[in-house]
Amino acid sequence: MANMSQQKVAIPEQAPEVRNKNFEEVAQGYTADMAREEAARCLGCKASPCIAGCPVNVPIPEFIKEIAAGNFDEAYRILTSENRLPAICGRVCPQETQCEELCLRGKKGEPVAIGRLERFAADEWMRAHEPVVPEIPKNGTKMAVVGSGPAGITCAGELAQLGYSVTLFEALHAPGGVLMYGIPEFRLPKSIVRREIDSIRRLGVEIICNVIVGRSITIDELLAEGYAGVFVGSGAGLPSFLNIEGENLNGVYSANEFLTRSNLMRAYEFPKSPTPLRVGKRVAVVGGGNVAMDAARTAKRLGAAEVYIVYRRSETELPARAEEVHHAKEEGIIFKLLNNPVAIHGESGWVTDMECMEMTLGEPDASGRRRPITKAGSNFTIPLDTVVIAIGQSPNPLIRQTTPGLAVESWGGIIVNEETLETSKKGVYAGGDAVTGAATVILAMGAGKKAARALHTARFAKQT
Amino acid sequence: MYKIIAKRPLNSSVVEMVIEAPYTARKCAPGQFIILRVNESGERIPLTIAEYDAAAGTVSIIFQVVGYSTRLLAELEAGDAVADFVGPLGQAAHLEKKARILGIGGGVGAAPLYPQIRALFEMGVQTDVILGGRMKELVILEDKFRPITENLYIMTDDGSYGEKGVVTDKFKSLAAGGVHYDEVIAIGPLIMMKFVVLCTRELNIPTMVSLNPIMVDGTGMCGCCRVSIFGKTKFACVDGPDFDGFGVDFDELMRRQTMYKEEEQHICKIGL
Repeated sequence: MANMSQQKVAIPEQAPEVRNKNFEEVAQGYTADMAREEAARCLGCKASPCIAGCPVNVPIPEFIKEIAAGNFDEAYRILTSENRLPAICGRVCPQETQCEELCLRGKKGEPVAIGRLERFAADEWMRAHEPVVPEIPKNGTKMAVVGSGPAGITCAGELAQLGYSVTLFEALHAPGGVLMYGIPEFRLPKSIVRREIDSIRRLGVEIICNVIVGRSITIDELLAEGYAGVFVGSGAGLPSFLNIEGENLNGVYSANEFLTRSNLMRAYEFPKSPTPLRVGKRVAVVGGGNVAMDAARTAKRLGAAEVYIVYRRSETELPARAEEVHHAKEEGIIFKLLNNPVAIHGESGWVTDMECMEMTLGEPDASGRRRPITKAGSNFTIPLDTVVIAIGQSPNPLIRQTTPGLAVESWGGIIVNEETLETSKKGVYAGGDAVTGAATVILAMGAGKKAARALHTARFAKQT
Repeated sequence: MYKIIAKRPLNSSVVEMVIEAPYTARKCAPGQFIILRVNESGERIPLTIAEYDAAAGTVSIIFQVVGYSTRLLAELEAGDAVADFVGPLGQAAHLEKKARILGIGGGVGAAPLYPQIRALFEMGVQTDVILGGRMKELVILEDKFRPITENLYIMTDDGSYGEKGVVTDKFKSLAAGGVHYDEVIAIGPLIMMKFVVLCTRELNIPTMVSLNPIMVDGTGMCGCCRVSIFGKTKFACVDGPDFDGFGVDFDELMRRQTMYKEEEQHICKIGL
């Protein structure tokens, strides 16, 4: 019988005043009992609107039904039939604007905690099972994947499953892309990312790190080396700056730098890890997305006494997931909304304060959000040691600069056929942030999967 | 892992290593650099490329022991390996055939200068080079420059080798003596490049400099290496490392280089 509680079963979390001093995971996951209790809230409704909200079409009610019945292995099998990285998606997907937004239970009370159940099924499988090495007959065709973030991992995994010999190229020294350098340990433990990467390796994918496609080797050279197809999932790694006075002062970071130093280079273990990160006592993070929340919460954990989020619109327009905003507030992050930085001031080359102006909201702009308007004469300053700029990223230019015939948008995104994700260059496909600009893990995964299937279809068409 | 094929000390603080790195070796061009990590927990450090051999798949780096990671690296021997080695990074130098070009290399800056001067020499450019160092020991690669230069001048601060003085003293005396250069390429400490540019700007001689700011990824991702060029922010890792010296804000860059001074001293002192 369905559990008719209007609330989700609460997920155990570290207390805010404890967790804002460590890098352990915030949410600790359901126990088997909690998972079964929450799973019983799913009505298994015929329409299953949740599935349409999932970019990779996970048969959500089916796997939840198995959890409710205690068949956790079967739940995992159903889940992974469509989603290669459930332990990651269960943690970082914006469920409230996808599957859970469409859940019937959400019409009256809270929707079913699909994300938490997904995470439970994945974690439970990993806990209970030794990794298996699947036997996949090879079809003798080589495929290259550029970038080992969510798009690349998914595409490589799908292609390997279909029998292709896949080589995955990564520019950094560790695979995982944004999952490794961008998303902090307390939200997505790196051990989970490594575990998912290992499962891709077990499918036979060869991962070569320290190779920058566009520098160490070009797309044309890959095609000449006999790769039948190339998937570009190189992400959106180029940080945007505000272009205001004082942005090159010591103490001003891009969020990419701040998070890469902490996540990938483990600066929070300095000097055990030799990469330093200077945080200071008073930190402002400019921006309102998930990356801004990650940077602010990282700064707090690294010992900053006061951490501000400075965002030029209001709370309603914050692009971050509701849960991240909620967690940030609980951890003591101070939100300075409707404030826009106009200059960063310094002394002897180091940041001393940031000058901001107050804003009001006008009519909706091209993005559909209400346009912020400056209030004349409202300038004020916030005394600071550190400023982190988290206002967005755009695709890295290396590949487009070194790939003749690859059509791109004026802002740098690779142009693709929306059905197949093929680029203007034959045999070269692209997806994820490299195409869309900075978006979500799950959309990138969806693209990786779609491209893998299109690459497979194209090869099949060529042979017959 | 990337194997160290050979190691050769160039003086008490500068080491040359030949490292097996086929992906980097086959695409290298003068002006580019690499990033390496000594071990699995190491930091990513950018180093300049001195030579490369595409056929052998090797890259030769020359570095000065200046801090924690370069000291760890210098402790490795031929037969050992570094954990990570990635490149080539940055734009290749735009080397144009001109009648006469002067290279100025300060200290370990002679290393990245070498492939550029060699390429120019092979293009048929008349090349002169000034090498400088605080003392005789710190002047490197003299033997390598000798066969590819028309005139090779050595300057030491203490006069222990070549002439006593700094590289700009030599440049000024050459200019005063009527020697004309179509371009100057200066690579060395920031303060040296700053003063070279002050001299060459007066004579309006186009001057390229190579910048080595603090970096993390080296692929344009972190923006740590930003430099102001003619008032515009550029990333040295993808837009450089070579820039028109007339546009570089050297004072800002020198300041940015001190960002982690305290941390550097700390980690060096505790001797981890």
